[in-house]
Amino acid sequence: MNSTSEAKSANKKFNFINKAELQHEAIVRPSLSFWKDAMNRLVKNKVAMLGLSIIVLTIVMAIVGPWLTPYSYNQTNLSNINAPVSSTHWFGTDTLGRDLWARIWMGARVSLAVGIIGAIIPSLLGMVIGGISGYFGGKTDMIIMRITDIGMCVPQLIYVILIMIYFGSGPLPIILAFALTGWMGAARNIRGLVLQLKEREFVLASRALGASSWRLIFKHLIPNTLSILIVSMTMAIPSAIFYEAYLSFIGIGIKPPMSSWGQLVNSGISVFQIYPSQLFIPAALISLIMLSFNLFGDGLRDAFDPKLRN
Amino acid sequence: MLKYILKRLIISLITIWLLATVSFFLLRSLPGNPFQTEVLLSAEVQQRMISYYGLDRPLYEQYFTYLGNLVQGDLGYSLKYVNRSVNSIIAESFPVSAELGLRALAFALPIGLALGVVAARRRGKAADYMSVLVAVIGISVPSFIMGTLLQYGFSVKLGWFPVAQWKGWEYTVLPSIAMGLGLLATLTRLMRASMLEVTTQDYIKTARAKGLNERQIVWSHQLRNAMLPIVTVLGPLVANVLMGTFVVEQIFAIPGLGMHFVQSVQSLDYTMALGLTVFFGAFLVAANFIVDLVYGVIDPRIRVAD
Repeated sequence: MNSTSEAKSANKKFNFINKAELQHEAIVRPSLSFWKDAMNRLVKNKVAMLGLSIIVLTIVMAIVGPWLTPYSYNQTNLSNINAPVSSTHWFGTDTLGRDLWARIWMGARVSLAVGIIGAIIPSLLGMVIGGISGYFGGKTDMIIMRITDIGMCVPQLIYVILIMIYFGSGPLPIILAFALTGWMGAARNIRGLVLQLKEREFVLASRALGASSWRLIFKHLIPNTLSILIVSMTMAIPSAIFYEAYLSFIGIGIKPPMSSWGQLVNSGISVFQIYPSQLFIPAALISLIMLSFNLFGDGLRDAFDPKLRN
Repeated sequence: MLKYILKRLIISLITIWLLATVSFFLLRSLPGNPFQTEVLLSAEVQQRMISYYGLDRPLYEQYFTYLGNLVQGDLGYSLKYVNRSVNSIIAESFPVSAELGLRALAFALPIGLALGVVAARRRGKAADYMSVLVAVIGISVPSFIMGTLLQYGFSVKLGWFPVAQWKGWEYTVLPSIAMGLGLLATLTRLMRASMLEVTTQDYIKTARAKGLNERQIVWSHQLRNAMLPIVTVLGPLVANVLMGTFVVEQIFAIPGLGMHFVQSVQSLDYTMALGLTVFFGAFLVAANFIVDLVYGVIDPRIRVAD
């Protein structure tokens, strides 16, 4: 008797809760990783997407452009020089009668390749060197930092001109010159980041759990610096394109009959008062592609910046 | 502070010495000799020129002679311009480049910083978008294209300014703008980012909480802290600008240093190229040195740290 009443009161004390209520607490949406979140915000950024589409379009044109016309980029035709824009020569011809459509898209291959490879190689080099410098510290760090201190005191143009004269002109020496000079800035940035990250709690926790240097570097330090590196790489592309154009413009980069946008601007300038289109087309393309990379880079930076998250 | 200055001074001198040494051997390792390009010179005359300038002596001997002269501030004689010392060429061309650079800076610095501040203060509004647009276009259009376009539009078509050369005030307007626009854009972007960074800091909240008015917050808290990253880049930037950019000088036919530099390296004018490299390097080192000192004045935290 007694025990049953006790059981009854116990039943009153502990009610079965409604299971439907528990569902309110559950996380319904799939968890959003850092990269997915950044992608979402990047895709919503119309200006950045416009930049990206112009970049993609230019790359596609650089690949297929020269094949769309029967003329080759280095075939001269002295009976048809300085032709205006027409249905046969879509961008006209230059002072030696070469088809400018073919030359511009051949030049796009060179300019884009130099710009992209010339930005990625020094950034990666800088990441490795700066990462080592920041992570291991001590004497390694001191030596590397003194080298960059001194190296960065010399204007880049001096190195680049010396390298270009030593190895001759062409796309490969330009990329080499960029690689040899560009890593220092990137290394300093990455070193600063690694120095900051190294002291953070999650790294300490991982170390306390017995993680090796290898694991720390690849699981914690690199993923946390990657977004910043990607942004700075994207931003380095327009400046590499600009530098190639600059070198070709002053006559030590790409030389004719090979073509690059800077070289086309250089030859366009000599005749632009009579045939302005020979200057304006490559000039507009250089500006447009640099603008697109800058806009896209800005979009990437905004997408990755955790401070802008709501 | 004195110890810090002394330490920095020694590092600066070592940097200049290393720069001179590396450039010396790099330049000498280039193939060819400086007298090859002159069509009319026979092999015999070339040989005599080489021995006249002492280029046939052992390289280390030349190096020490060069260093000895460098310590006394003597950069030697140009191999291309007959009977002219590198010092006199620098004395003649540097003021032109520096004047052009100062004009470009005077145009770019106040406008760039003001645009950056306005953009950050009016974030997400029309003024912000306008500034960002100006900045992005300024960065994206290379100076040599900007220079040519300005020259075409304002000199050839409209006739407002002379097309080229360097003879008076009206000659300086277009090149200064062509050079200044990129600078302006860089400064705008940096200042905007720096101001935005500062706006979210705790000391701004504190300043607001203790009831400072908006002007005091902006001037004595935000701007002063936002200027720090700008000062860091300003040193090398100013040095670069004062030394002149080659393309703008070329487009407007301005007799500055940039032209001499590229030409001297291309024509293997050893003493000239070396002299200009060392001069430029020393200038940059000096600019960085000054920046470091100014930094201590602007940001007392750094003085304490040293």
